[in-house]
Amino acid sequence: MPLFAQAINMLAALFLLVAFAMLSQRRLANLINLYALQGLILGLSIGVVAYGTDQPKLYFSAGLNLILKVIAVPWLLRRLVRKLQVQWDRETILYIPTIMLLGLGLVIFAFNASLPLSELAGTINHNTLGIALASVLLSSLMMILRATAISQVIGFLALENGLIFAATSVTYGMPMVIELGIALDVIVGVFILGVFFFHIREQFDSLELNYLDRHED
Amino acid sequence: MNAREIPLQLTQFVLVVGAAPLLAGWIGQCRAWFANRSGAGLLQPYRVLRKLFHKSPVMAHEASLLFRIAPYILFGGMALAGAIVPMFSTGLPFAPVADAIALVGIFAFTRIFAALAAMDVGTAFGSMGARREMLVGFLAEPALLIVLFTPALISHSTSLTVIVMSLTAARLVLYPSMAFAAVAFTMVLLAENGRIPVDNPDTHLELTMIHGALDLEYSGRYLALIEWASAIKLLTYIAIGIALFVPWGIARSGHWAHFPLALAIFVVKVIAAGAGLALLETLLAKMRLFRIPEFLGTAFMLAVLGLLVHFLLGA
Repeated sequence: MPLFAQAINMLAALFLLVAFAMLSQRRLANLINLYALQGLILGLSIGVVAYGTDQPKLYFSAGLNLILKVIAVPWLLRRLVRKLQVQWDRETILYIPTIMLLGLGLVIFAFNASLPLSELAGTINHNTLGIALASVLLSSLMMILRATAISQVIGFLALENGLIFAATSVTYGMPMVIELGIALDVIVGVFILGVFFFHIREQFDSLELNYLDRHED
Repeated sequence: MNAREIPLQLTQFVLVVGAAPLLAGWIGQCRAWFANRSGAGLLQPYRVLRKLFHKSPVMAHEASLLFRIAPYILFGGMALAGAIVPMFSTGLPFAPVADAIALVGIFAFTRIFAALAAMDVGTAFGSMGARREMLVGFLAEPALLIVLFTPALISHSTSLTVIVMSLTAARLVLYPSMAFAAVAFTMVLLAENGRIPVDNPDTHLELTMIHGALDLEYSGRYLALIEWASAIKLLTYIAIGIALFVPWGIARSGHWAHFPLALAIFVVKVIAAGAGLALLETLLAKMRLFRIPEFLGTAFMLAVLGLLVHFLLGA
């Protein structure tokens, strides 16, 4: 196996590791750092794929991902968290060993489900589809399990990371127009959700979303 | 068995048993430096051992034979484990005695004797320590076994020498699964050797002790043997970690000329690992006892994840 293919596998494994770390992280500030780290790994792995398959278009995609997910979105999130003064908030639910076992089950499911699919893709990194699928499922699990709005949004952003990763591993990324569109969506989404957070907190004095269920007038 | 390699085996045995307290001293020294203290020096563990060996042991009236022989079993088990882990040469005639799984068995065996001896006298702290030790042990063992399965799958053998030989035979190969295994192994190492964040080896508060509570009733030469055994255990664990995750530079069986260089490389690795361990211990805070299942559950999860990644990526 050439060295860059090994590097892709290594980065994919780290991607999965960070997805698990996000699942079990209680503190919001650390969660944002982990999101930035995941973006960094994603950008690097796209860059390595670009180098390995000699596709200049992918360098652009890697650069876009790095700027957006390592610098812009984490900066926005940090600013938001600081303004809401929740950076040292802890999630209260979470019994971690159970969540880990749930996550492991999802990983096994994703690996099994992706094996026949990834055989069809002719890319050098088609093995990593299972990891991409697993991290999409783990991010969904995180959105289900978290109580506060901001961590759910971070779960959503991580899910988008997983999708880009899957696209890279199956077809060497999406067409440039779609990728730019997604990038714009992410930025706009974070802005709009940021406004929502303030409204939610003004109404309910908390960012925990189960208060929304009880509100019925 | 190759008779010409028996001197090599004896060298390793003597070095491991003799130099284990030095590693403990080095870690203590590093921790002192990180905490801006001057430290007691590298030779402090030897001074402690000499002092303890010169004192006459005090025994409880109720102590049975088990209490008396447990320190010898502990020391013997750890010395055996230290002798069969490939450290600076893969030509170890005694290594076929135990593969990786039997090695975990030796650790479990000594742990059971330590726990039984702690409960033998019937003091409250001893039984409490024994129960805690078994809690940590039963959580750490499955994680350790699965950590060992990943390299065993890669090299198609559970024998540590074969694993090391097959890992060093190929030119540089990145194994993503081994990265997971390495993180999990570090967590197990911290738990099994009673280091921060699982247990504080320097504490004098009996209620927070895990490992320390086991030998509260011991004194004199028995305590010296137990302390020496735990130093050997730490060195053995670090050597297992080095053999699995950074085995490069080890002398292959029959290559006598490489031996001094391999020894030097191994010493450098251990010094680095000791400093890293001290740094880790300085940065982390001790966890509550009830967080330990979470910590070791994470180690187990990482180890299983390593196995799964190995099956998915084939590396």
